[in-house]
Amino acid sequence: MRGDVGTAVRVSYSKLGKIRFVSHRDVARAFERAFRVAQLPVSFSEGFSPHPKVSFGLALSTGYESRAEYLDVELAIGEPSDEALAVLIGSVADALPDGLAVTGAAVLEPRTPSLQEAVEAVEYEVEARSVDDTVRVDAGVVGEALEALLGAESLMGVRRRKGRDVVDDLRPALRRLSVVGDTPLGVLVHLEVITRPRGARPREVLALIEDGSGRGLVEGRVVRTHQWIERDGARWEPLDESGARRLGLRSVGQARRTVADPWAPTASVEARAS
Amino acid sequence: MNESLWPRIEPLLSRVEKPARYIGMERGAQQPVHRPGVVSWLLVYPDAYEVGLPNQGLQILYEILNERDDALAERAYSVWPDLEALMRPRGIPLFSLENHLPAGDFDVLAFNVSAELVCTNLLNTIDLAGAPVRSADRRPEHPVVIAGGHCTFNPEPLADFVDAFVIGDGEEVVSEITEVLGAWKRAGKPTREGLLRELATIEGVYVPSMYEIEYDGPVVASIAPRYPDIPAVVHKRTVADLADWPYPKRQLVPLIEVVHDRLNVEIFRGCTRGCRFCQAGMITRPVRERPADQVRTMVREGLRRTGYDEVALTSLSSADFSGLDGVVADLVNEQEGCGNVALSLPSLRVDAFSVGVASQIQKIRRTGLTFAPEAGTWRMRQVINKLISEEDIFAAADSAYSQGWRRIKLYFLIGLPTEMDVDTLGIAELAKAVVEVGRRHTKQATATVSVGGFVPKAQTPFQWFGQNGVDELQRKVDMLKGALRGSKAQMRWHDPKATFVEGVLSRGDRRVGAVIEHVWRSGGVFQEWSEHFAYDLWMEGLAVSGLDPEWFTTRHRTENEVLPWDHISAGLHRDFLWLDWKAALAEHGLPDCRWTPCYDCGVCTDYALEHVVASAVPPAGGSQGTGQDLSRGGEIPVRFLATKPVSSVPVSASVVSASVVSESSAT
Repeated sequence: MRGDVGTAVRVSYSKLGKIRFVSHRDVARAFERAFRVAQLPVSFSEGFSPHPKVSFGLALSTGYESRAEYLDVELAIGEPSDEALAVLIGSVADALPDGLAVTGAAVLEPRTPSLQEAVEAVEYEVEARSVDDTVRVDAGVVGEALEALLGAESLMGVRRRKGRDVVDDLRPALRRLSVVGDTPLGVLVHLEVITRPRGARPREVLALIEDGSGRGLVEGRVVRTHQWIERDGARWEPLDESGARRLGLRSVGQARRTVADPWAPTASVEARAS
Repeated sequence: MNESLWPRIEPLLSRVEKPARYIGMERGAQQPVHRPGVVSWLLVYPDAYEVGLPNQGLQILYEILNERDDALAERAYSVWPDLEALMRPRGIPLFSLENHLPAGDFDVLAFNVSAELVCTNLLNTIDLAGAPVRSADRRPEHPVVIAGGHCTFNPEPLADFVDAFVIGDGEEVVSEITEVLGAWKRAGKPTREGLLRELATIEGVYVPSMYEIEYDGPVVASIAPRYPDIPAVVHKRTVADLADWPYPKRQLVPLIEVVHDRLNVEIFRGCTRGCRFCQAGMITRPVRERPADQVRTMVREGLRRTGYDEVALTSLSSADFSGLDGVVADLVNEQEGCGNVALSLPSLRVDAFSVGVASQIQKIRRTGLTFAPEAGTWRMRQVINKLISEEDIFAAADSAYSQGWRRIKLYFLIGLPTEMDVDTLGIAELAKAVVEVGRRHTKQATATVSVGGFVPKAQTPFQWFGQNGVDELQRKVDMLKGALRGSKAQMRWHDPKATFVEGVLSRGDRRVGAVIEHVWRSGGVFQEWSEHFAYDLWMEGLAVSGLDPEWFTTRHRTENEVLPWDHISAGLHRDFLWLDWKAALAEHGLPDCRWTPCYDCGVCTDYALEHVVASAVPPAGGSQGTGQDLSRGGEIPVRFLATKPVSSVPVSASVVSASVVSESSAT
């Protein structure tokens, strides 16, 4: 995705509602079909079985929603005007299944690092609850437990990685943990975790907190709210606000569609983002 | 109509495999609005989503019904056991994918039954919908259970569970059924008996409860309608011209990977190659080609609408489509510009012409190449009337390997009538010879040999044949494995036990219903899946029901025996089928009637139909169906029924039996 001949474009999108049950890989396939329906002039790799030059960022677990997903695609054209790009990406947005909505797009500078290389931290909003529907989880208790996790030296545990059980320390991946408020079935928790060298999954963090009856908490709905690129003490999102606004794409697709955002963005999270 | 079950289903989906099976939302999916007076159909494919979604028959009816003002259709597929285990304790019933409504709220549950072993899933689906599985126990408030698909050409094993079967093409009859159901619904759904009796008078609709079956010991003694207005024989429905039915217009594009995950365009329906083992070919006559221009339009618009990068031109023998090379050339040229769209031709005839077409296709993207010689020796292929010469097979292989394919797939059947070990071993010989041909072009040449046990099917010339038992099939599989050991041909085979159970269901009578129910009640679902297949439950069910599995499977039937499906007709005259069976035993081939004079199988003459074929001459290349080298198979009269003294041929079932016995004892 170096954009030597073509033009590399970064697209941001959200994944909300029923489509959260579609895997990351199948979302990628849905985008590739949408590119063809939209007749987007995508560059193809050379070789025996050419494939479109598209790279998707950090995988989102099946079942999770997101307001902050990204992909990079190389177009086999010179750099389009903002208006032309808006038309191209707008037609992709129209061809996507319900729940996948394009929220922005911008031409990448040459030699922009890939999403996989660049993203250092991600934020989630997670509904934490007991596996037992009759057990009511207390926000205060969860808040204290989250602080205890942050205060711990290490959090060794057995975790499933690539189909194998691995013992590792979860603590280095945790950056910020806090309670946002109550949900109908549990407590809404905000998590910020780093992605390298080893990330932490929301469900792994919740499993470390007791539900009051001796069992670990489980996740209800999970929404990824931000991905962060960080360098030299500064941080920014992979497609910054100005890039999206420039293209007038903030609401592409969303206005037409009826997918409910599970929770409106909470004040505290919004405040940090801006 | 109840409210959506989605809020109750959603929390369960994080805990199951492939949760996207249950969300719907495919491109092409509709959002029907339920209104009083509109007949609501729930179209069900009783297997996993990824197997059922691509089914074209279901998608065609989905569109036709949703285009009507007085009907709507949603879809459901069998719920995988992991989700079912979460639904049952919570009292969550089967639901539709479009609106996530309870299945029991629909007026109709309509099943596509394309394979025998899905029958326990059909029962499970009815039960999960909250309705009694037996038709006789259902009341007016329960959905009417309808089934169609190839397996309904012997509907009897499912007769106790299904209210009405549709025999043959569904395009027209679903509308007629809708009208009857609509009137019944508007009348406040009075008795089911009255509704079923009315449905039974629709052409192509078979209502099993309207027929009395009498038995004489294990034998079916008679099948008779209960009322004078009920037809003694139910004839299949056939759409005369596919050009009138350009469906699906909006093929569903699933969000997860499914089988046949591509645009599928049906280029013709029906096949008169006359392969005697092939139920699909027998029951879908005559040949009805889609106009080439319509094919081009459906491909072009389908690709544009779906975003698929692969299209399959589907039929029972794609290379037989008139002017196929022209259509393919056009499509290839059209796609070459934007590139990267693959074209595939399932069910290719085995010859160099087919490979020529296939190589044209692989200019854009290479797909697999599969041939189905079906049998290993010429004699065996004459018996089954799949008249492919070795020259054809080697020419096809030579052409394929020389044009860059490194692996070709070969499909074979074992356990065919009159098969001897030399025929079975002929499969290995042929596969090895094919690889040898390939090695002239590439050192990496390999072949994959898929071997299935033959299950005789209703409405075919082999419906009288006693199939091989489990041990015999296993012996043949082992023999083939041995013969292919160390070669470059890899072998795959179908479980002989599954073949045996398929045989019980394929030619069973109404009493087999109790066996299906036993297996289902014992937890046997998803029997098509090897990890779920429960042979012992089937044998237990047969024993509990007092039925002898051999009676339905390995026993040869006699000419005058009442067959359990004698009251269902695909238009093929019984005496035609019997004579063709005898011709098979005499190793006589039969030409393809689309290019040679009619031998009067019964379909066109009885139903006033004609082949719809753009070309009056056989396609270029290949020996099959042209009648040219049939002489190698013995004298084949054009007017087969009228002039051939087939009675001079040893024909009785006992002769076949003897040959099977001698073959077994020879080893």
